[in-house]
Amino acid sequence: MLITELKAKETILSLVEGKAFIINCHGCREIRFPEKEADALQQELMAAGKVTGSITTDYICNPENLKLRLEKHAAAIEAADTVLVFSCGVGVQTVAEMFSGKRVCAACDTYALPGFQGVTPLEYDCKQCGECYLNLTGGICPITACSKSLVNGQCGGSKNGKCEVDPDMDCGWERIYQRLKKIGRLDVLKCPVQVRNYATDDEVSK
Amino acid sequence: MRITELFDNGEFVVTAEVGPPKGIHVDHLVEEAKTYLSGITACNVTDNQSSVMRMGSLPACVALKNAGLTPILQLTCRDRNRIALQSELLGAAALGIDNILCLTGDHTKMGDHPGAKPVFDLDSVSLLHTACQLEKGVDLGGNPLVGEPPKFAKGAVVSPCSDSVDAQLAKMERKVMAGAEYFQTQAVFDSEKFIKFMEQAKQFGKPVQLGVIIPKSAGMAKFMNRNVAGVHVPQEMIDALAADKEKAKLGITGVEIAAKIIKECKPYCQGVHIMALGWEAKVPQLLELAGI
Repeated sequence: MLITELKAKETILSLVEGKAFIINCHGCREIRFPEKEADALQQELMAAGKVTGSITTDYICNPENLKLRLEKHAAAIEAADTVLVFSCGVGVQTVAEMFSGKRVCAACDTYALPGFQGVTPLEYDCKQCGECYLNLTGGICPITACSKSLVNGQCGGSKNGKCEVDPDMDCGWERIYQRLKKIGRLDVLKCPVQVRNYATDDEVSK
Repeated sequence: MRITELFDNGEFVVTAEVGPPKGIHVDHLVEEAKTYLSGITACNVTDNQSSVMRMGSLPACVALKNAGLTPILQLTCRDRNRIALQSELLGAAALGIDNILCLTGDHTKMGDHPGAKPVFDLDSVSLLHTACQLEKGVDLGGNPLVGEPPKFAKGAVVSPCSDSVDAQLAKMERKVMAGAEYFQTQAVFDSEKFIKFMEQAKQFGKPVQLGVIIPKSAGMAKFMNRNVAGVHVPQEMIDALAADKEKAKLGITGVEIAAKIIKECKPYCQGVHIMALGWEAKVPQLLELAGI
């Protein structure tokens, strides 16, 4: 099982630069999605005229499926400056890859619960760490895409774009840098020093 | 003595790296350092370098300090969580070790205990930030320290010849924002690349020490090209090293190559950091050839 929880309201509001297209994933049966809270917040954004459109669907981690469902929303997505995704970390990474030239933001943090995990056909991974970093990394997860799970940038172990720990693995932070450059958001690399909070898992399982 | 004071005075700072033994005797390390490295500013003492288990950096630092040398404590985030790292920093300050170099550290899989747990609770950036917090008399958990807080010269590393040099510069900027006061670089074999890197790096206003490895042989150079991130030895240097062996010049070619790089880069940097990798005995000759 996994749980998604909304990030703080002020965090989500600050993520919406200009107008947003919203994607809600009600996901696989293994996930608990904060439907009411998400709906209330989205109503507020709509009332403020900040939403170009929205879709509520499931299994957004299946890109073929998602592509079909988003077809009729093409104009609304085009008109949006931000794609705001309410899903687990895998869903956000799928959308970020699909719209790799656009600003894609995570509105939720993902926590792990014991039991069967969600199923995705992709290689993206979400450690369900409870403090989603995808908004600081262009939608590429530094926890799973970096051998050392570094959250403050590239170490010295990248050679020819590959990780020296695993030559078959691309350097996650080289990917993050190139993605941020592509979407014109290298400024997020100047964010405050990040220190992970390993207490999040325990708080949920209490 | 904090080496930042020397940078502030405009001195060209020369440091060299020594590795603690895989054992309990430091006499050899101290003797070598006294014989070959007493003319330089300070000695970096590595922290289980390349994830190979050895004596810790701190006791070796203390041994060097007792012998009249100035040690720099290298501290990596691979083997300790934030509690142990802060504890180590307080211990260092208590023992009079006030030069530190904050590193993320190689992954455990690269070393001689590949099954060990890689910690990386903090990384180089958050470790620098943590050292700054301690200097303010507060730990990372927000709790006050008792009595006078420590004061360090806080160093960091950067890889100027990396094929991801833009990502490296971005990380360097984060390190500066987190409190890095000086930088030592990965080994440079391409002066032009380094000079180009420094054009970008000088905007951060922090002293940078050129990283130098004395190439011992063509085989070593090829090995580094294959396996060491951020290091590339050009083919003409490899050819020269191969010829050295044939002429039995006993390693002088490697020293000449390193000296040439230092001479070419000296106008663009604020010091040199030598990684002798067992060739400490050649350091005085290298510095003489480089005109330092």
